[in-house]
Order: sequence, then C-alpha cells, then structure tokens
Amino acid sequence: MEEVTSLESQEYFINMGPQHPSTHGVLRLLLSLDGEIIRKVEPHLGYIHRSIERMCEYDSYQQIVHLTDRMDYLSCHINNEAVCLGVEMGLEVEVPERVKVIRTIISELNRISSHQLWWGVMGMDLGAITSFLYGFRDREMITDIFEETCGARLTMNYNIPGGLMFDIHPNFQKRTKEFVEHFKKTLPEYDDLLSNNVIFRERTVGVGKISKEDAISFGCTGPTGRASGFSCDVRKHDPYSAYPQVDFKEILAEEGDCFARYKCRIDEMWESLSIIEQLIDNIPEGDYKVQTRAVIKLPAGEYYQKVETARGEFGVYIISNGAKSPYRLKFRSPGFSNLSALNKMAVGGKIADLVAIMSTIDLVIPDIDR
Amino acid sequence: MTNEELQTFISNLDSTAEFEEGPQYLNATIEASGLRKLAEELKNNDQTSFDYLFCLTGVDWPEFMTVVYHLKSTQHNHAVVIKAKTKDRENPNVDTVSDLWQTAEFHEREAYDFYGIIFNNHPDLRRIFLEDDREGWPMRKDFEDPINIIDY
Repeated sequence: MEEVTSLESQEYFINMGPQHPSTHGVLRLLLSLDGEIIRKVEPHLGYIHRSIERMCEYDSYQQIVHLTDRMDYLSCHINNEAVCLGVEMGLEVEVPERVKVIRTIISELNRISSHQLWWGVMGMDLGAITSFLYGFRDREMITDIFEETCGARLTMNYNIPGGLMFDIHPNFQKRTKEFVEHFKKTLPEYDDLLSNNVIFRERTVGVGKISKEDAISFGCTGPTGRASGFSCDVRKHDPYSAYPQVDFKEILAEEGDCFARYKCRIDEMWESLSIIEQLIDNIPEGDYKVQTRAVIKLPAGEYYQKVETARGEFGVYIISNGAKSPYRLKFRSPGFSNLSALNKMAVGGKIADLVAIMSTIDLVIPDIDR
Repeated sequence: MTNEELQTFISNLDSTAEFEEGPQYLNATIEASGLRKLAEELKNNDQTSFDYLFCLTGVDWPEFMTVVYHLKSTQHNHAVVIKAKTKDRENPNVDTVSDLWQTAEFHEREAYDFYGIIFNNHPDLRRIFLEDDREGWPMRKDFEDPINIIDY
C-alpha cells in the first residue's frame, strides 16, 4: 500500500446560484475554494438583463420614468425621482415647494421600507426567521400608505416630470404620523432581536472587511461605503428636493465590516424618521405639479442627476440631441459598483461569511442587471 | 480646484483637449490615445487626486465612439468629465484604467459588452451581461434586431 506522505489541498469550483436563496435573486457566483476557504468570487450577471438603457432610446421621457422603478424596486420612488429631476434640470423647470417636500417624505418612507425588508431578509439569511416577520409587519404600514397615495404598493410611479401624478390622500399625514409613532416603538426591538445577539455578532463583527481606500476605488456608496468611512451621502454633498432645509446626520463608521454596514442601516432608519417628522407638519400649500408639454423635448446637451437610494448613489446620465427620446441614457446603479467589491470582501473567508457579506451589501439583482 | 484651474491643468497635460462647460461639470474631450497618461496624472497628482470614478459610459456617435469617465475627488471635492474619443468607430479601442480605479474592471466589461469597445490591457475582458457566444454589439446605433427592436 502506498504511503501517504503529505496532505495536499486542491482548489475546486462551486456554483452558488442562480437560485440560491441568499443571492436574493438570480445572481450566479462562481466560487473558487480551497476546502471551505474562498480564494476567488466571480459574479456572473445578466440573468434578468432587460436592456432598459436601449429601450429608453426609443421611449419618451414620461415613459422612461415607468421603467426605472423596475430596476431597484425597493427604492422605486427614489429612482423615479432621479429621472424626473434630470428632465426638470434639462427643461429648467422649478417644481413647487409642495412637490419637493412630498417627494422627500415619500423617499424617506421608501428608504425605511427598503431597510426593513433588508433587515428581515438578513436575519433570515443568518438563521433567524423571526426578524423576517418583524420586518414585514412594520413594512406593511408603509406599503399601505403608498397604496392609498398612488394605488401601487411596490412599483409606485408617483413621480412625473414636473411634479407628482396626483395630490396626496387626505389621510396621508395622519397615517404617516401613526407609522412614525409605531415604528419608534418597534425599531428598538430590532436591536434587541439581532444587534445584541451573540450568534449574530459572531457572524458579522470583523467579517468581510473593506478599507476606506478600497471602498472609494470600487465606488462603494450608500451604507456599504459609509461603513468604511467614505463620506458619500448625496443628500449631504449634492442636496436635491427638500434635503437642504432638513437637519440630519450622515451616518459614518470606521470598521468597514459586516456589522458596521448593518449598524449604518439601522441608524439611517432613525435619521429617516427624524426627517419625516420635520417635514410632515410643514407641507406647504400649492400646486402638486407644473404643467409640462405633452411631448417633452430636452434641449441638446448632457445632464447628470444623482440621488441617494437605499443602496447608494444612483445616477442618470442623459445625452439629448433635442429629440423626444434621449440619444443615450445611462443608469449608474449603486448595486453594480457595490457588487464589484464582493471579491475583495470575501477572499480569505468561509462560504458562510459570504452569505453574511452579500446580505450586508443589500443586493437587488434587477438594479445590477438593468 | 476651480473649473478654470482644472482646465489649465488638463490642457497642460494634453494639448488636444477641447473643453465645454456643462450645466454641472467641466467636460474635456481628448483623443483616446492620450487617455492613459492623463488618467494616471489626474489620479496620482496631489493637486487633483481624483480617487472616485462614479460613472463610466460608452457612447456611439456616427463617426466615432467615446468613453465617458465621470471623476470626483473625495479630498478636494471637485469633479470633471473626461471623454476619450476613439479614432475608429468599427474597432474602437482605448487603454484600461481598471488598475487606477478598481470599479472600472466591471464598468469596462459592460462597455465592451454593449459597444464592443476594446480596453487594452484589461485583466479579464469578457461579456458581463450577455451570453459569451452572442454576436454583435447591441447598444450600437446600427444594431439590427427585427424581433426585439421595433422602429416607430
């Protein structure tokens, strides 16, 4: 019998996805493994690529707005707002104060609902089913407000170039205040359930670190970048809508690990609640839209509008040649840039760490594939 | 740096640069062959230190293609848009910047996938969204697909 002199390890490959539950959609990761240690992560994209950018070259600007909420469906209102602001910039239209304030309140509600879903799903990825139920319990109140406002619960389409599709529902202020009161009581439960849980901390503290230099180089924005100390909040740096008139903190952390990213999002929900509270009683009277022409033609030129979605910096780059459709329209999606850093974060860790890392990047695949 | 200072800085490095002041950013159009030198200087010079590439786009024009780089400095808080103009529309190529800004590796693969722009020295230039055996460059203006693209 041959004598075994050494134990050699051999690299092998495993496909994670496209139907793996922790990839949150149809994303395939080709893992190169040494035992259980990750040597390389290679994302394979495009399973739900719809070529929205090409479709936009044939559509009118009003139609384009309706495509954007199919990308990052959890930040639907904010995506719509980006295109509307870009078109308004080109038309040099100033929307009424009332529109700005309503847009900001709904954007923040949208951000909270996105973070609630992320928090529930993250708990479930790490084995805590209860968080999923808690997250959806509170999120239900926001989707009810959205339904009453514009008829849709997920893909909203409440924004149009020049303002809003209709005025707010008479109950809007009352129900939003009810939600804020309710969520102020339930948000501390989130900390009790997950943030201070020993198992949860073991799996997130010190896992998936990324330095500030790398975060900037990879273009990581949103809570993913801010957890590494990269100050990138568009609401602070390039304020739009009603953000200049509200008082809020940009949440920053230094550690750059999974727990810092988790903590950033939880703290961001408190800030969003504070923004809503400052604005909800101060919605100015006035029109809810400016009348634009039925066929919008942007003057020839280039317009870049960025907004802060729940995942980070979302940019719309419109190149117009004066026609009714853009010559070229590019969406800079936050998820795509954040995903490019996945390999950097995951190398050297275990497969189980990769699940935690993917949860804290908060991937939404339609946003990446477009 | 203000836009005027940036304009002098860039024109000192690349004399072919043409400038245009947009509604937000300063636009500089240069020849694709000079991109690598300019990008290195913009990234590494302490006066500019553009460390954040927030958007990379390919654009198809009738005579040529451009690759548009949106750059921002987190330290000095100024921004600039560099447009690298390729000579040849059919076989466009430009040097990679994926070693300067790591996110460019994915974004350049996207521009290659849709426009067929070759990024020289890119570590892994493959299609990113579409299947590997697909033919043609679907975001080019002359791309024809009678089933999925209906002209009206």
